[in-house]
Amino acid sequence: MDEANMRVDRTSKSDSERRLSTLVRHLGASCSPSHTSISTERFENSKISLSPMAAFGSVFANVVQAPEDPILGVTVAYNKDPSPLKVNLGVGAYRTEEGKPLVLNVVKKAEQSLINDPSRFKEYLPITGLAEFNKLSAKLIFGADSPAIQENRVATVQCLSGTGSLRVGGEFLAKHYHERSIYIPVPTWGNHPKVFMMAGLKPMSYRYYDPSTRGLDFQGLVEDLSAAPEGSIVLLHACAHNPTGVDPTPEQWEQIRQLLRSRSLLPFFDSAYQGFASGSLDKDAHSVRLFVADGGELLMAQSYAKNMGLYGERVGALSIVCKSADVAGKVESQLKLVIRPMYSNPPLHGASIVATILRSPELYHEWTVELKAMADRIISMRQELFNALQAKGTPGDWSHIIKQIGMFTFTGLNKEQVAFMTREYHIYMTSDGRISMAGLNSKNLPQLADAIHAAVTTM
Amino acid sequence: MASLAFSSTSASPVALRGRPNKLAIGVAQSGACHVSARGSDRKARLFITRAVAVEKKVSRFEDVAMAPPDPILGVSEAFRACTNESKLNLGVGAYRTEDLQPYVLNVVKKAEKLMLEKGENKEYLPIEGLAAFNKATAELLLGADNHSIQSQRVATVQGLSGTGSLRLAAAFINRYCPNSKVLISSPTWGNHKNIFNDAGVPWSEYRYYDPKTVGLDFEGMIADIKAAPSGSFILLHGCAHNPTGIDPTPEQWTKIADVLEEKGHTPFFDVAYQGFASGSLDEDAFSVRLFVERGFEVFVAQSYSKNLGLYSERIGAINVICSSSGVANRVKSQLKRLARPMYSNPPVHGARIVANVVGDPNLFSEWKAEMEEMAGRIKNVRKRLYDNLSQKDKSGKDWSFILRQIGMFSYTGLNTSQSENMTNKWHVYMTKDGRISLAGLSLAKCDYLADAIIDSYHNVN
Repeated sequence: MDEANMRVDRTSKSDSERRLSTLVRHLGASCSPSHTSISTERFENSKISLSPMAAFGSVFANVVQAPEDPILGVTVAYNKDPSPLKVNLGVGAYRTEEGKPLVLNVVKKAEQSLINDPSRFKEYLPITGLAEFNKLSAKLIFGADSPAIQENRVATVQCLSGTGSLRVGGEFLAKHYHERSIYIPVPTWGNHPKVFMMAGLKPMSYRYYDPSTRGLDFQGLVEDLSAAPEGSIVLLHACAHNPTGVDPTPEQWEQIRQLLRSRSLLPFFDSAYQGFASGSLDKDAHSVRLFVADGGELLMAQSYAKNMGLYGERVGALSIVCKSADVAGKVESQLKLVIRPMYSNPPLHGASIVATILRSPELYHEWTVELKAMADRIISMRQELFNALQAKGTPGDWSHIIKQIGMFTFTGLNKEQVAFMTREYHIYMTSDGRISMAGLNSKNLPQLADAIHAAVTTM
Repeated sequence: MASLAFSSTSASPVALRGRPNKLAIGVAQSGACHVSARGSDRKARLFITRAVAVEKKVSRFEDVAMAPPDPILGVSEAFRACTNESKLNLGVGAYRTEDLQPYVLNVVKKAEKLMLEKGENKEYLPIEGLAAFNKATAELLLGADNHSIQSQRVATVQGLSGTGSLRLAAAFINRYCPNSKVLISSPTWGNHKNIFNDAGVPWSEYRYYDPKTVGLDFEGMIADIKAAPSGSFILLHGCAHNPTGIDPTPEQWTKIADVLEEKGHTPFFDVAYQGFASGSLDEDAFSVRLFVERGFEVFVAQSYSKNLGLYSERIGAINVICSSSGVANRVKSQLKRLARPMYSNPPVHGARIVANVVGDPNLFSEWKAEMEEMAGRIKNVRKRLYDNLSQKDKSGKDWSFILRQIGMFSYTGLNTSQSENMTNKWHVYMTKDGRISLAGLSLAKCDYLADAIIDSYHNVN
């Protein structure tokens, strides 16, 4: 069948009319109502035996080509580039100094012990996932001595990394919470609004990033959240805000907490970088623990993609901190009803790796050391890039590179400058000016510095 | 310190004074509340902290109801809780050995060792999943030389086993065929309706099971499919119908295809048992391949939970056989757009296992042998159960339907009360629709089970 004839037809016709006109195009006649009737007559008279689809037109008549995902599409474009000089600063996946992906030693050890364990089976996990993993994950983010955990007020379910946790949480809220609005910071991870929209929530925004200072627009944040209807949901990046790298200070976090609690706004934390931002697991959990300490409720989406390098295993957890154990029990039962029609139960492999590491003091310690090494390398790349731009005398204030936290830097470069850098210097990054520091090393850093300098001075 | 625009609260200093205030303590412990101001300012600031930071006493989720346990997965939960020695778990469809132990296939163990030796990284898969897996799975389903594959008309996206693949397809139907509904068999796997409900796809049922014959109500099935509005999606089980074990014959499949063609319906296959039903991958793919040959556009959800024993790794795929490669590309791009806000990209481990097994000729042959063994054990158990029932049941009831059914499950014909009797009196755990999982039955236990079934059937209404 000629692909060209299967083009989208979005005129307001009835289903069968649309299918008939598709058929007509197949038969080579031009698409117009009069031709339609003539051609169908011809078809009936000739008794052509056509495939079932031909009689009714394709199910896919109105399916257009979707654009590549803006973030993951960067890697797609990068892969297509034949230049040996190309640099991938798109997706947030850690790279070593040699530019290679990294599987943590502690992960390899854990996998080895799992594979060698003869008592290991591949039976379905419960809908809520691996129980031990859930307990250990809650302890990791909330603190082992967290009263919420001790009082059994936390419902934790294993989910598919951060995305899956956000989606399950969002669908739960859409079904059981009285407010549909979720306030997300501007800017935020590109996938956030899509996840929440598909979950049935209504994404709204609050000011976050101040382009003039390349820092936090705290006043704007406070104003917008003060104006949000009581009870609205508020998405908060626990640390290492993606894409800006701009985090509130501890003092500002406390004020945010007070504001949210005073308006009964429901916090929904996204924690994708615990331990990865500062190098300390506890420090990076500070904001979350602040909120839990006041006895209030919140949602928490946790990911092990970056901090344990388990990207492709899709390991994460959704925790809902509730007022009482009774409520937590009911909430957990309803989370199961969200999960079952989505994928039934979560994948075992990644969760077992995490549980193996978290339960063993030796492996846990080893993990913290490897984690700190990754965080430190990124921090050193920040310093090096800043130094390089200073040395070149690149116009502008680049101190935000060393002030921002985590895997990403919001360079402040615009779309045109980014396109220029891709075209001329084979630098692959998202068009919002975000670069993944994790993709930098001493070899490719000079090229990036050159590219930024050229972009800023040329465009 | 920036000034905050607090809305006025109803909390008064009098009401709060003297009350043990967890919040102030909590704040102080966290050290984040800066009450460093001296003198009278300090009291004022503490007041503000307490007053405005008071959380609701009542949970936002107070009215959330306790959900009932999942009717299928809940059976295993109940089984685990049971302490009786004779207990038997015939609930969820997970294969057990004759010793009633879970089973990890040898080829899977070998593949995992190989993978560890290769030392591959754990980078994100593309949204559509592992390319080697997608290629292998489409070829397994359709045959590598199938015209639809040769002409690149198959859009394949790795999904979270059968459930996840069905959900992606349902989300696609919701978005692109908003006026269409899905017809599901009566009965069908209990989770099908949940998937379509959550995806926002309307559904209705077509007759399938005939309790009088404990067989297929073929005329009812055809009539209901004919009566459905043109362009409906018809959910069909590729083989080993769940929960009944009753499959159409090849001749009946042809007639079903005729009706779908007549009404412009789209076949939507759920293939969870390829290779597991008859023991042969090709034989079990007969129905799907028939429809593809006939020129239909077809949706097929696949699962490797049972045939490769990869239950917990959640590995499967959604395949859409389209009219052209261009359409297939567009469909694939839109399936990706639905997967991204659900979980971003699928888990790598199970996909690599499948790709390694299928990609290595030795492992592939070994897999086929293990699959034949599993299917063979189930067939033997069917035979034994039938023999026991026929010998023990003096009423003359014809139990031969058990032999005609195929796959992991058998629809015993027991009703809800009778099924409950199986559990309450005999500690046989099964779903209330009368379905038993033969995969959870050993030859040694057939005798006991026969007694339980005969008692429940004849003595309970």
